[in-house]
Amino acid sequence: MTTTETGTTATETAVPAPEPPRRRREGGVLNVFSHGILIIWAFMVVTPLLWAVMTSFKDDRSIFTSPWALPDKLHFENWARAWTDANMSDYFLNTILVVGGSLIGTLVLGSMAAYVLARFDFPGNRFIYYLFIGGMSFPIMLALVPLFYVVNNMGLLNTLHGLILVYIAYSLPFTVFFLTAFFRTLPTSVAEAAFVDGASHTRTFFQIMLPMAKPGLISVGIFNFLGQWNQYMLPTVLNTDPDKHVLTQGLVQLAVSQGYKGDWSGLFAGLVMAMLPVLAAYIVFQRQVVAGLTAGALK
Amino acid sequence: MQHGKYRFIVGFLALPLGLYALFVVWPFIQSIYYSFTDWTGLSPEFKMVGLDNYRRMLHDDVFWKSLQHSLMFAVVLPLVTISLALFFAFMINVGGRRRKGGPVISGVRGSSFYKIVYFFPQVLSIAIVSLLFAFAYNPDSGAINSLLRGIGLDSVQPLWLGDPSLALWCVMAVLVWSTVGFFVVLFSAGMASIPTDLYEAALLDGAGRATTFFRLTLPLLWDTVQSGWVYMGILALGAESFAVVQIMTTGPGGPDYSTTVMVLYVYQKAFRDGQAAYATTIGVALLAVTLAFAAVVMRLGRRERLEF
Repeated sequence: MTTTETGTTATETAVPAPEPPRRRREGGVLNVFSHGILIIWAFMVVTPLLWAVMTSFKDDRSIFTSPWALPDKLHFENWARAWTDANMSDYFLNTILVVGGSLIGTLVLGSMAAYVLARFDFPGNRFIYYLFIGGMSFPIMLALVPLFYVVNNMGLLNTLHGLILVYIAYSLPFTVFFLTAFFRTLPTSVAEAAFVDGASHTRTFFQIMLPMAKPGLISVGIFNFLGQWNQYMLPTVLNTDPDKHVLTQGLVQLAVSQGYKGDWSGLFAGLVMAMLPVLAAYIVFQRQVVAGLTAGALK
Repeated sequence: MQHGKYRFIVGFLALPLGLYALFVVWPFIQSIYYSFTDWTGLSPEFKMVGLDNYRRMLHDDVFWKSLQHSLMFAVVLPLVTISLALFFAFMINVGGRRRKGGPVISGVRGSSFYKIVYFFPQVLSIAIVSLLFAFAYNPDSGAINSLLRGIGLDSVQPLWLGDPSLALWCVMAVLVWSTVGFFVVLFSAGMASIPTDLYEAALLDGAGRATTFFRLTLPLLWDTVQSGWVYMGILALGAESFAVVQIMTTGPGGPDYSTTVMVLYVYQKAFRDGQAAYATTIGVALLAVTLAFAAVVMRLGRRERLEF
């Protein structure tokens, strides 16, 4: 797992070397050009987000007549309307319940399976491991057609706990893949010593191995949190009851219904409301988030 | 460590494996089986029809369109995104002007700022991003056309998502916008692990920035680029293209099926048209495309692994 923290160390330790004159001239022109492009892209990333924030404070009429004008005054009532009338509060609650439940479940079940697969030899170990890993490259939509009926037959359709179980199941491939690699890197001696001292396998796992695996659990936890918080395809298929909608679905539903209600400012307030907590969390935990999200692709 | 070992293994694996088998593995197997039936999904009765669904698929124009668009998503999208990201990452990490007495290679000023900002869209849900851009693309009151009017380009007012020849590009642009930052950060981490003395040697030999990039950075980063391509391709064939196309384009699927993708077509056949068996057939085709794509990228990209 390489993270961006190593990014600066490699360059800082370097020693100065004589500067070839040719490169300097070329560098000067290129530098303006490349720096310009970097700034333009930063601008392109930030503008739509700031535009959404600005729009959420405008009234409906000016959203359409002058999309780029600043709001005449800050229409905080948009936010209040979105929170209560447009059910954003319910969507938030549903999302928190579903993501909270699935995140805990994913980490517990994922680390249990990964630990066994990483540390114990038994017939079928490799088969089970590849069964989990295979789930990462298969198109989920293919399974969703029969899954809808599986979930329906179990009476779990349009229930939050049903959604939690499905989220956990579909988060397991990456979690197992990541944590298996992580458990393999941990020293075996500590667990063996605990075992010799009479601790059971279960106790060794919960009291020795899990605390040791904390950095890995944090990385994979952030990865799963963002993936589950932002999940759109699974709830769209399995959670069609409007009262049970999660944030992403709720907003899309809101956008569709605004077509005839016309409360666009409320919709923008809802969008920004959903964006801000994640962006704020990212800025605070920037390092961990980046490490968690890029961890998988670097393996 | 033999005592109670098997009981422990079974106890720990039963729950995760059971859940995974029930909700993931079993539906996959069922899907493939259903693709040989005439199951509607609305009633429990069905009978085997052999290869009928597959024959029908081969003569289905919408299927071919969706296949074509999905392939675009898997090939063009990563190509554009990864090229942009490589350029940005190189500039951020290596492209800086050398300051007197400073390190041999350095990023441009404010490199960590760029990395933070570029990553913003990656933490947002693709559903929210799609909604936002659906507004921006609105031909009458959207931000983009109004900006064009603002700078005097009144005659240039494309329909964007409403124009069959533009819609697919608009949708892909949104995914590029939201994914570039991820790869910038990923490649930055990779570039940081390339030893500095290699750059020093290149500089002493008089290599410019372009040469340094193509002869030194890119070859050493090749593994990361390759796995990044596979990663993004799988996402672009599946969940990501579903969300953008379903949310942003009319229909959904765009004017004249101009943006429909395989994953959306599966969804529509199964949950809108009541043709579950045919939907699974397209799903099996999507599975074949995904696996073939991963195999081709891994194979074409295979090079001698460079140790450093």
